[in-house]
Amino acid sequence: MINLNVNRKSYQLDADPDMPLLWAIRDLIGLTGTKFGCGVAQCGACTVHLNGEAVRSCVTKLSRAAGQNVVTIEGLSADNNHPAQLAWNEENVPQCGYCHSGQIMSAAVLLREKPEPTDQDIDDAMAGNLCRCGTYLRIRKAIHLAAELQKKEGGTT
Amino acid sequence: MNRIIRPLKNFRPSKSLIVMGVMMYLVALMAFGMNHKAELKKEHPAPFIIKKDSVASVKAFAAVYKVLMSPRCMNCHPSGDIPLQGDDSHLHTMFPKRGLEGKGVLAMKCANCHQPTNTPGVHTPPGNPNWHLPPADMKMVFQGKTPRQLAQQLIDPKRNGHKDMQKLVEHADDGLVLAGWTPGEGRTLPPMSHAAFKKAWLTWLSTGAYAPKK
Repeated sequence: MINLNVNRKSYQLDADPDMPLLWAIRDLIGLTGTKFGCGVAQCGACTVHLNGEAVRSCVTKLSRAAGQNVVTIEGLSADNNHPAQLAWNEENVPQCGYCHSGQIMSAAVLLREKPEPTDQDIDDAMAGNLCRCGTYLRIRKAIHLAAELQKKEGGTT
Repeated sequence: MNRIIRPLKNFRPSKSLIVMGVMMYLVALMAFGMNHKAELKKEHPAPFIIKKDSVASVKAFAAVYKVLMSPRCMNCHPSGDIPLQGDDSHLHTMFPKRGLEGKGVLAMKCANCHQPTNTPGVHTPPGNPNWHLPPADMKMVFQGKTPRQLAQQLIDPKRNGHKDMQKLVEHADDGLVLAGWTPGEGRTLPPMSHAAFKKAWLTWLSTGAYAPKK
């Protein structure tokens, strides 16, 4: 049995330690907000937080995540009110929406480490998250807005 | 029989008993000495003996240079702050940045994609528990260096990660160096075996670590 802590809840999984974390999150636990894109860490759609870092869950083995803290898009905030989520809504960022749970999870790490990111910081942080609809300019705009919202809230997330 | 029941106060050890006792003491002393010597060796490894030979040294470095400039080594010793990728050493797709510690930046840390082991499949992320570039304050660039420049850099502690001769010797078996020979599916190996590389590396160092003329 593997102990997996996802969104502050503990799960005992009877699974192969080599199983991708993404499968465990989606198929065993049933949290389908995290998406499968490429399966080889090329697109970022499967990004989740592992101990606060934006890991690609499609190539992260369950054994690496065992006993660690995993956060998915469902657990990023209590009520979909993370500054990035609010800004994404405000700027109508998604088109098809498929990549955006991964985009937001990467943006959340950026906003934590650089509360007032420049365009260059945004490019550096988000370059691993692809969007086939090409919403990059709206993503950038939303991250700047999220930084403002975060500042108004009085702290980093 | 009488001797066996003789009271202890009258006990006088025979000559053979004394000899045996002395021998046991000596054996114990030697064992302690050897153990102590092993401990000392662990703490202070034997000095690396250098026998200068510029011709042999430069010849050995030619082999070393071939390996260090192969994609498996050079791709993580780029001239810029973005690692290289593939057998053609193109800029890493997604343009991940070095960061201060060489472990990436923000949401683009190396270990976000590079796992402790190689990911199965062709051209998937290679892995190592210590995957990183050289840090920003000591970039240890290989890309674009001539044999002379690279040789000089490798033996300069101010440019080689503060490595003295002993550390340089040990570096041949460093985990990330060895990872070059298990690069994951779809990647060519360095141009010689690790054993051949190590032999050339140690030969270069032990003959004086001479830099080629060019």
